[in-house]
Amino acid sequence: MSLPNQADQGITFDTFMEGVWRQNPVFVMMLGMCPTLAVTVSAVNALSMGVATLFVLVSSSLLISLIRNLVPKEVRIATFIVIIATFVTLTDYLIQAVSLTLYEALGAFIQLIVVNCIILGRAEAHASKNPPLKAVINALGMGTGFTIGLFALGATREIFGAGKLFGMTLFGDQFQPWVVMVLPPGGFFVLAAWLLLFSLLRSKSATEGGHAHD
Amino acid sequence: MTESLSQIFISTLLTNNFVLAMFLGLCPFLGVSGRLSTAFPMGVATMFVMLVASLCAYGLNMLLGYFHLEFLRLISYIVVIASCVQLVEMVMKKYSPALFRALGIYLPLITTNCAVLGVALFQTAREYDFSQSMAFSFGGGAGFTLALVLMASLRERLQLANVPTLVQGTALTLILAGLLSLTFMGFAGLGSLE
Repeated sequence: MSLPNQADQGITFDTFMEGVWRQNPVFVMMLGMCPTLAVTVSAVNALSMGVATLFVLVSSSLLISLIRNLVPKEVRIATFIVIIATFVTLTDYLIQAVSLTLYEALGAFIQLIVVNCIILGRAEAHASKNPPLKAVINALGMGTGFTIGLFALGATREIFGAGKLFGMTLFGDQFQPWVVMVLPPGGFFVLAAWLLLFSLLRSKSATEGGHAHD
Repeated sequence: MTESLSQIFISTLLTNNFVLAMFLGLCPFLGVSGRLSTAFPMGVATMFVMLVASLCAYGLNMLLGYFHLEFLRLISYIVVIASCVQLVEMVMKKYSPALFRALGIYLPLITTNCAVLGVALFQTAREYDFSQSMAFSFGGGAGFTLALVLMASLRERLQLANVPTLVQGTALTLILAGLLSLTFMGFAGLGSLE
């Protein structure tokens, strides 16, 4: 009852770049929105959340890909969830041991990585059908894309909301911080602004005779 | 932990609304909020799963605490939630097949709804007792339904409006969500939790 080894075509550069650009989880696929908006109050939080997700994504992809022919089709989702939950628990304790400040800043959102659609989506769509190396490279790309997306949001919100980046003050005393940026509505607005920027660029390149969809 | 039940309920319903202030359960919020007729049942189904999950999580937490197996908390919560969703799915299929089809893929996806797992995790982290957990999950579910219904009504209304093509789609939905979230911040003085 194993899944057929269909999408097995070898590893190309696109295996990695798919997640970073063409199918970026944050800006294109709109997956894993909850941590994206909740923890991106500062660049540091956003980066650590991205790296934590990257770790869970890569290790669960590796394990799922290794056991892909052993798991019966009917219980595969449950199996994937338990594997992911195991790695998330690991990450949770790891962050708690390394930095308690960071652990408190991210709060329950580390444990909520379990229900991040990106990870289950990757497990179902890619890792369960591909050999380990390819699955890991693809997961690395996805995780990197997610981290880049989070960092873009986190940096924007920190710069406008607090006038800082990585805790360093950027502007002079006369700068009035936009407090709304670090509050919940700011998360929605900043993500909407990034999406608008991308669709503006896309429509520009379309009117200039370029290819809108590449 | 001396908050009254009504305080917890109001706070999770309005002040700390799960969707608009804590960013939990955004996937169905952006996905199913297109039509009012599916948004409301989806909210009620999620609310039910939340109540059951909260109940189970409370019992499980006591059990795990008794055996000193706290590291299994996350894994056992997610398994319990997945079974609850399966139950709701079966009941709905039996009694309302039309609704079952309308909700489609989003029904099994309640499993990966952060709001449901969030309820279980937050009530554990805040050490709520039994009645407090119930008030918390009921408020959370009602708040989720409220946000979903508001959003669906706004989006239905906007279908008649003339929106620039550039903004259409997800960006518009996100701006709407931001405005709603801004509105909900007006409740901030109501029940101050934390």
